[in-house]
Amino acid sequence: MTSDQITLDGNEAVAKVAYMLSEVVAIYPITPSTPMGESSDAFAAEGKTNLWGTVPTVYEMQSEGGAAGALHGAMQTGALTTTFTASQGLLLMIPNMYKIAGELTPTVFHIAARALAAQGLSIFGDQSDVMSVRSTGFALLASGSVQEAHDLAMIAHAATLESRVPFLHFFDGYRTSHEVNKISELSHETMRAMIDDELVYAHRSRALNPDRPVLRGTSQNPDVYFQGRESVNPFYIACPGIVQKVMDRFAGLTGRQYRLFDYTGAADAERVIVIMGSGGEAVEETVKYLAERGEKVGVIRVRLYRPFASEIFVAALPKTVRAVAVLDRTKEPGSAGEPLFLDVVSAITESPLNPTVIGGRYGLSSKEFTPAMIKAVFDELTKDQPKPRFTIGINDDVTNLSLEYDPNFSIEAKETVRCVFWGLGADGTVGANKSSIKIIGEETPNYAQGYFVYDSKKSGSITTSHLRFGPHPIRAPYLIGRGQADFVACHQFAFLERVDVLSFSRPGSIFLLNSPYGPDKIWDNIPVELRQGIRAKNLRFYVIDATAVARATGMGSRINTVMQTCFFAISGVLPREEAIAAIKESIKKTYGRRGEEVVARNFQAVDQTLANLYEVTIPESDAPEYAYHMLPPMTPNAPAFVKDVLGMITAGRGDDLPVSKMPFDGTYPTATTQWEKRNLALEIPVWDEKICIQCGKCAFVCPHAVIRSKVYQPDALAGAPDTFKSVDARFKELPGQRYTLQVSPEDCTGCALCVEVCPVKDKTQAGRKALNMEAQPPLRASESANWDFFLTLPEVDRTQISFNSIKNSQLLQPLFEFSGACAGCGETPYVKLVSQLYGDRAVIANATGCSSIYGGNLPTTPWAVNADGRGPTWSNSLFEDNAEFGLGMRLSIDKQNEFALELLPMLAEIVGSDLVDAIIAADQSSEAGIAAQRERVTLLKQRLSAVTDGPMLNRAKDLLAIADVLVKRSVWIMGGDGWAYDIGYGGLDHVLASQRNVNLLVLDTEVYSNTGGQASKSTPRAAVAKFAAKGKVTPKKDLGLIAMSYGSVYVARIAMGYDDVQTLKAIQEAEAYDGVSLIIAYSHCIAHGIDMRKGLEQQKLAVQSGMWTLYRYNPDLALEGKHPLIIDSKPPTISPSQYIAGEGRFQMLFHSDRARAEELMAKTADLNKAQYAHLETLAKND
Amino acid sequence: MIDLSTSYLGLSLKTPIVAAASPLSHHPDVVQRLEEAGVSAVVMYSLFEEQIIRTSLELDYLLTHGSESFAEALNYLPDHGKYSVGPERYIEQIHELKRKVTIPVIGSLNGISPGGWIHYARLIEEAGADGLELNIYNIPTDPKISGADLEQGYVDLVRNIRAEIQIPLAVKLSPYFSSLPNLAWRLMEAGAQSLVLFNRFYQPDFDMEKLEVVPNLQLSNSSELRVPLRWVALLYGRVPVDLAVTSGVHTAEDVLKAVMAGAKVTMLASALLKTNTPDAYVRQLISNLQAWMTEREYESITQMQGSMAQRAVAQPGAYERANYMKVLNSYPDTGPVIPDITLQAGMLYPVD
Repeated sequence: MTSDQITLDGNEAVAKVAYMLSEVVAIYPITPSTPMGESSDAFAAEGKTNLWGTVPTVYEMQSEGGAAGALHGAMQTGALTTTFTASQGLLLMIPNMYKIAGELTPTVFHIAARALAAQGLSIFGDQSDVMSVRSTGFALLASGSVQEAHDLAMIAHAATLESRVPFLHFFDGYRTSHEVNKISELSHETMRAMIDDELVYAHRSRALNPDRPVLRGTSQNPDVYFQGRESVNPFYIACPGIVQKVMDRFAGLTGRQYRLFDYTGAADAERVIVIMGSGGEAVEETVKYLAERGEKVGVIRVRLYRPFASEIFVAALPKTVRAVAVLDRTKEPGSAGEPLFLDVVSAITESPLNPTVIGGRYGLSSKEFTPAMIKAVFDELTKDQPKPRFTIGINDDVTNLSLEYDPNFSIEAKETVRCVFWGLGADGTVGANKSSIKIIGEETPNYAQGYFVYDSKKSGSITTSHLRFGPHPIRAPYLIGRGQADFVACHQFAFLERVDVLSFSRPGSIFLLNSPYGPDKIWDNIPVELRQGIRAKNLRFYVIDATAVARATGMGSRINTVMQTCFFAISGVLPREEAIAAIKESIKKTYGRRGEEVVARNFQAVDQTLANLYEVTIPESDAPEYAYHMLPPMTPNAPAFVKDVLGMITAGRGDDLPVSKMPFDGTYPTATTQWEKRNLALEIPVWDEKICIQCGKCAFVCPHAVIRSKVYQPDALAGAPDTFKSVDARFKELPGQRYTLQVSPEDCTGCALCVEVCPVKDKTQAGRKALNMEAQPPLRASESANWDFFLTLPEVDRTQISFNSIKNSQLLQPLFEFSGACAGCGETPYVKLVSQLYGDRAVIANATGCSSIYGGNLPTTPWAVNADGRGPTWSNSLFEDNAEFGLGMRLSIDKQNEFALELLPMLAEIVGSDLVDAIIAADQSSEAGIAAQRERVTLLKQRLSAVTDGPMLNRAKDLLAIADVLVKRSVWIMGGDGWAYDIGYGGLDHVLASQRNVNLLVLDTEVYSNTGGQASKSTPRAAVAKFAAKGKVTPKKDLGLIAMSYGSVYVARIAMGYDDVQTLKAIQEAEAYDGVSLIIAYSHCIAHGIDMRKGLEQQKLAVQSGMWTLYRYNPDLALEGKHPLIIDSKPPTISPSQYIAGEGRFQMLFHSDRARAEELMAKTADLNKAQYAHLETLAKND
Repeated sequence: MIDLSTSYLGLSLKTPIVAAASPLSHHPDVVQRLEEAGVSAVVMYSLFEEQIIRTSLELDYLLTHGSESFAEALNYLPDHGKYSVGPERYIEQIHELKRKVTIPVIGSLNGISPGGWIHYARLIEEAGADGLELNIYNIPTDPKISGADLEQGYVDLVRNIRAEIQIPLAVKLSPYFSSLPNLAWRLMEAGAQSLVLFNRFYQPDFDMEKLEVVPNLQLSNSSELRVPLRWVALLYGRVPVDLAVTSGVHTAEDVLKAVMAGAKVTMLASALLKTNTPDAYVRQLISNLQAWMTEREYESITQMQGSMAQRAVAQPGAYERANYMKVLNSYPDTGPVIPDITLQAGMLYPVD
């Protein structure tokens, strides 16, 4: 390896350059660009200086719109600026981008290009976002690999200064941003040589400066605006030449030559693909492969897309070209063609060339784009009449636009070794593989590449790591294909019954399994399908009990080091001794700062691995008594759509679904998580019915709705399984009935919050409670049968019982169940409670964030329905507009309700005036009232349906279409603090002022949880978060107080871990309040650095220490002559130090800067007391 | 002028008043004021090996828990700082104390692994500590481990550490040994220059509402002095080491008793923690000490050292079994005496 070579991912490769060449970096988290902002923040926190020897200012804004605005100001006042974003974030920057370009202001925005939310959101890569800004006047520069992203970042910064045209440098999200590869790093000297300081001074000289004032940003009229717009033309004409000049200078310094349009292929090529981004890398490699075999093919990789230099493009095309396929990684519905295609057509039309030009779409949302697909496109170009518009990589059986391809076609070099690793999120597999790539890349002459795929759940997520290494540079921006891996490792034994782990294995390859069974027992304990696969592919099969080794060496569940050692031992990429030394060195680098013990334990794990690694002798025949099969992805009784479509996604075969199977408007059925039994928990709670007091607290806090209670008549027990538990119910309103608390073993995540909250202690053994964790596998079959029976028991009659107590509320059926949220999530218990209380008539607007992911990420969704088919109806619009989105729902419902009430009297003669009067006068303030109204509306609809003619027919139809809204709807606007405090605050504030009947539920984790823990304005002082690596200096924004200032908003701050009754009461009061309600709910979170099992305890400590005072502000109380503000918790009774002792986010600062931590915590303690005193004052004032 | 000076661990001290290992040593300015008030040496709070290990593992857990599981959030906390999760802070505090005060600073170490004891002992020595106090806190829970095994472990540990460091070495013990003189002798032979009597175990308590075992820290009072007083008096002259009394030293009278029993120094922790002005407390204590000695015409502390030790007193049996019987007989006969059993942490709760 040469000294300038490093192994890193695309985001880091770009951030390294952007940071060096900037002074003001405005950031905001959005996937997949967030790591660039995080790296920049980290560099600044470490005091790293830029090219000019000063530490850039890295500043987090409240939204991407804010970041663009801040940058605009910074560049107008002479700073060198950059930002990082993607997708919706880039869209929010558009208004400023027009301004920045219109003012010819140099800057570079680096974009990890990502799909736009349309029929569904996607975090994955395509160029829809970039194409949406092609008209802003920014230059668009495309990279296709980690190396190119590093290089073109540099070229963009240099070119913008010289051209004065702002640049948008983009590369494909995930495929490039998250791919780890070995690249040549630009030196400080190279960067220095690339930047002409005279251009920097020129930029400074144009800055707004009161010593030589100018004015920019005039308002122009029809007389001159047009001419002014045309005045920039010379700069855009000059820009491509400048970029090429900069590219040439770069080549002189590094030897890596780029061109505006890079052509590769046969000099006499007849068929040419035009493409940009990472797909170009794959096409280039395929072209080389095909050209070597005599095919007359070529590729033009577009580097500079805007300004589009048509003549230079045409010049890059071989004169022999006969057919051109232009591939766009975007979709513009209804257009004549996608943007790059149209530009190419335009350029060729104006040239003497006359090839056939066809346009295709590929790779949306990181859809795979492989040499096989590329070959199919070239094949299409051989046809006399190729499809003029096509897609590749999917099966479009609706409009038949897709091209067929042979998935077995491969161009990969024989010398390249391909490895796939199946891991569990929590087991460290991905981290170990990243380490392995670095070791291979940096300790051997090999090149190496790594790419990592995660599933859509936050708990129990399956990861697949795709590693390639070999003597040649790895230019393969696609996953290892099925049947192509030389080495497959399955790091979790439990996957065997759920996943076809051998799908990637090629014949004769190696399979390594982490197994509790040794080489003599393993064969009898694996599914039949796996045995068949091993035999059919003639695999060499190794086992190790990595879990046992990890436990024995104090590594807990982290088997990464053990499995990594096995990989090196078996693969032989390095001699064993060298490999072990390299692994240990990597451990030291990764964990050294965390203390000697961590390093020592990892070392022990390495040292004890090889003695436990065995090759398995495959037996000639199988013992029939041990035959068992893999589980189906969905339970057999699931509806057809769930099995045929969602089941395919769950099974990892979503790529095979044709277009016709997809809902065309993004509408999906709810209540689908129930069919996906994930079997995540190693241990589940087991009910001790003899000591249970039936308080309901366990069900109340369960984040996944897997523990439920029912009260039922004794005769309902007929047919119960033998192990079904039932005791006399202790509910005074329901005498003589039986009670069961039941756990769903296959849906439980094993978080143990229920056990933690259980208040009962066994009198004979104080360590036992009424719920105790026990191993799941032996209980799975019996408890599943019990669960199924439990579900057949009748639900409680909502009209017969009050739900003002915790135990009663937990008789209500959760209509939010088995979500993919983290085990022990602090948000979902609140969401579930809302679903229990009002789910059967709830309309939910959900801000983008954790709750929209665990609530709406395919394949299955947790929003459920009751026996009547009613349940929450849910939608996610955006991150920034959720309050407005929800308000719109309310306005719509209110309007329809108003219209319905107007129509009713008109139809009184037809449907009956008594019914009309009853509907209009209905009291829907109780469950009984709502049930009665439902019956009336059902009757109304029957009578309206019976109208088939007459003068009122149209009015009857009008009313029939909206009659459902006559039953009271409950509108909930949910989201996290990133939405409520930051990006969506403007809209939220407007909704607060609206006096409309909506309920805003802020699931306050005090950090941007979904993107990995960036600071928000809700983050408390002294907490460490990303973008606040030195501990947040400013205190948490008091959203509740702000809302209270309107006087018309119901406001509650709740924390169910401290006072569950107050939580229940607040939610009920919020719904009852006929106006805007705001509930701010303390939601413990994995991003707090806590033991999630202790989440509720942390909530309690937060309240006791004054970090989270509970209150309710109810404007209705003022009408009764009472004070609207009630404080529900005592003044701080403990020091915040007791609270923060269990919170890593605070402890981190004590580890890194104790003096600062102590200073900030002292201020926090003072503030807590002052805030409480302020609330007391408010509660006393008239 | 009354001479309060004494020697301990080969160090010349101005008074027999030493600040025992306690949280006060976290605050160099407080120690500085104690020095000005007359405290002659300070024992640092204990460096706990398991705390270092735990902190290290916790940090690792924080930085890895939930990481690399979900495509949008590959981790949850920034990981680019330099962390003080090892003994760095302890070492830095020794340095800082050494810079701020002229009195000897004695490190205190509570290890759990053979390697850990030696590693951290060396670090404390390198940091400039004037002595090292080994705070051995080993509560057996394994029925297979005999008292002899346990004691041998103590002796081996002291011998090993003695061989690795040059600074004076003290050993802080609990009173729960079958034959303390024998153990004391063996520890002396192994290289201990001082025995600090005694370690106060923090006995757990029960929360009867929650039915949980809870830690219960209660500061000492003068009545607790009697256990170390007896053992110092018994050991003085029998085992040639410097003896230090800790536990229950609150008043000038307590100091005098301890010194008369044979202690070279007395160590105060609870007394200083109970007050907001520990320096004023020490001043008053020394003033009282001087007044008592002046009134009775004592010239120096050394003059009275060991004057009430078992060998020196007229009724040596008072320290032995005879005294026990005498006390029992003096108890009012109001029925059967129910023994006051104190549960030790280790008897019920494994500490490992």
